[in-house]
Amino acid sequence: MRPAPLSAQLAVALPVLGAASLLLAWQFLLPWLGVPAYIVPTPTAIAGVFQKNAALLLDNLRPTLIEALAGFVIGNLAGVLLAVLFVHNRILQAAYFPVVLFFNTIPVLALAPIIVLIFGLGMTPKIVIAAVICFFPTLVNMIRGLDGASDNEHELFRVLSATRWEVFWSLRLPRALPMLFSSLRIASATAVIGAIVGEWIGSDKGLGALIIQASFNYQSDRLYAAIVLSSALSIALFCVVVLVERRIIKY
Amino acid sequence: MANAIEASRLDVGYGGRIAAVKVLSSLDLTVEAGSFLSILGPSGCGKSTLLRVVADLLDPLGGTISVLGDTPHAVRSRRDVGFVFQDSTLLPWRSVRDNVRLPLGVGQGSLTRKIEDRSDELLDLMGLAGFGDRLPHQLSGGQRQRVAIARALLGEPKLLLMDEPFGALDEITRDRLNDELLNLWRRAGTTILFVTHSIAEAAYLGERVIVLAANPGRLVKDLDMRPLKKDGNRCSREDPAIVAAMAELRIALEQAS
Repeated sequence: MRPAPLSAQLAVALPVLGAASLLLAWQFLLPWLGVPAYIVPTPTAIAGVFQKNAALLLDNLRPTLIEALAGFVIGNLAGVLLAVLFVHNRILQAAYFPVVLFFNTIPVLALAPIIVLIFGLGMTPKIVIAAVICFFPTLVNMIRGLDGASDNEHELFRVLSATRWEVFWSLRLPRALPMLFSSLRIASATAVIGAIVGEWIGSDKGLGALIIQASFNYQSDRLYAAIVLSSALSIALFCVVVLVERRIIKY
Repeated sequence: MANAIEASRLDVGYGGRIAAVKVLSSLDLTVEAGSFLSILGPSGCGKSTLLRVVADLLDPLGGTISVLGDTPHAVRSRRDVGFVFQDSTLLPWRSVRDNVRLPLGVGQGSLTRKIEDRSDELLDLMGLAGFGDRLPHQLSGGQRQRVAIARALLGEPKLLLMDEPFGALDEITRDRLNDELLNLWRRAGTTILFVTHSIAEAAYLGERVIVLAANPGRLVKDLDMRPLKKDGNRCSREDPAIVAAMAELRIALEQAS
C-alpha cells in the first residue's frame, strides 16, 4: 500500500525545516569541525556580503541577467523555428538533423573559446554560448512535439480538408507546447550556466567574472555570494517559465 | 435511390503497387444512399481500410470507387464525409464545445456552403448540455465518443464513416449509444458505414450487414436485415429473427477468421 500523502502544512513545513537544519549545520557544525572559512564561509558571512557589497553584486548580476535572457530567447527561438522548418521539410531534416545532433555532442566548454575568438570580448559571445546551450534540447523536443500528433488526429484534420497552416496552428503546435515547456524549464537553468561559462573565459563583468576573481583572491564569501546569486537567477527564470506554462497549458 | 458508394474490383494495399501487401482484393460493393451498413470482420480483414479509401485517406491500388457519385477526393474536399474514430480523437487542449466546433475552424477554405455553429444544439442532442466548457479529460469514455459524433455531425456530412466507435465502451453505454445513433440516422438521413467486431451491434444497427474475410480482405457474406426489422430499421435485440441472423453472421465470421 502506498503511504498516505502528507498534509498541506507538512508538505510546506518539512522542506523548510530540512533546509533550515542544513543551514544550521553549515553555520555551526562546519566551523566546529575546523573547516576553514576560506574554503566554506558560514551562511551569515555570505549573507553579510549581500549587505556590504550589494552594489558590486548587482553590477555583476546585470550583465549575466541580460546575457542569459538574450541567450534564452535567441536559442529557444532558433530551436523552435528550425524544428518548424524540419517537420515541414523532411528532406532538409534528413540532410541536416544528423549534423545538428553531431554538433550537440561537442561540449559547450570546448566550444566556448572558439565562440569567444569569433565574437570578441563583449556580451555577444556569452549570449551566443547561452543560446547554443538552449538551442539543442529545444530543437529536439520541439521536433518530437510537432510530430507528436497521432495518426488519427492527422486523419481527422485531413477528413476536414485542413490546410497545412491549419494543421500547424490547430494540431501540431498545441501538441508540441508541453514538450516545448519542458525544454524551456531546462533551458532556464542552462542559459545561466552558458552566460557564466562565457564570462569565465573572457570578461571583467558578470557573475562568472566575479566567481573567477573572487576565487583567485581567496574572497570565498564573495565567491559563495556570487554562486547563490547565479542560482537565484536560474530559479527566477524557471519560475517565470512555469508561470507562463500554467497560464497556457490547462489540460 | 442513387448509390452512396459503388466500388468495383477494388484492390487496396500498403507498400506501393509492386511490393504491396494486399488488404482488400477485388472487392465489389454497392451501398444505397441513406442506408445503414454494418461491416463485420476479423482483425486485418480491411474493414477500417475500406473506410479509409472511402474517406480519401488512402488511395486504392486498382479498381474503381465512386462516392456520392464522385471521386473520394472531390467528396472529401467538399467535406461531405464525416469520420468517427475508435478513440474519440478529441483535442485535449480544447473545451468540449471547441472540439465540436473544429469543423468551423479548419478546412473552411475549400467549402462553398456555409456551415452553422450548431455546437450547443448538437451537444444538447447528444445529452451533453452543460458540458460545453469542460475539457475532454473530464468526461467518461462514452461522453467523449458522443462529443466525437457531435463534431462529425456539425459539418452535416452526407456520409458518416464510423470505425468501431463504441469498441472501447461498456455494454450498457454501447447499447444506449446504439439507440441514439439510430435516432440520429432516422432524423438526418445520412448514409452510415459502421465498422464493428460485435455481431450483436452489427445486426442491431445495420439495415444490411456485410462480413469481410482476411488475407486478403474480401466479401464473404452480405445479409439484408430489412425483412427482419420493422419500419425505420427498428428491432428488438431479443427478436428470434435477429438472434437467428446473428447466428448466421457468427458462422460466416468464424469461417472468415
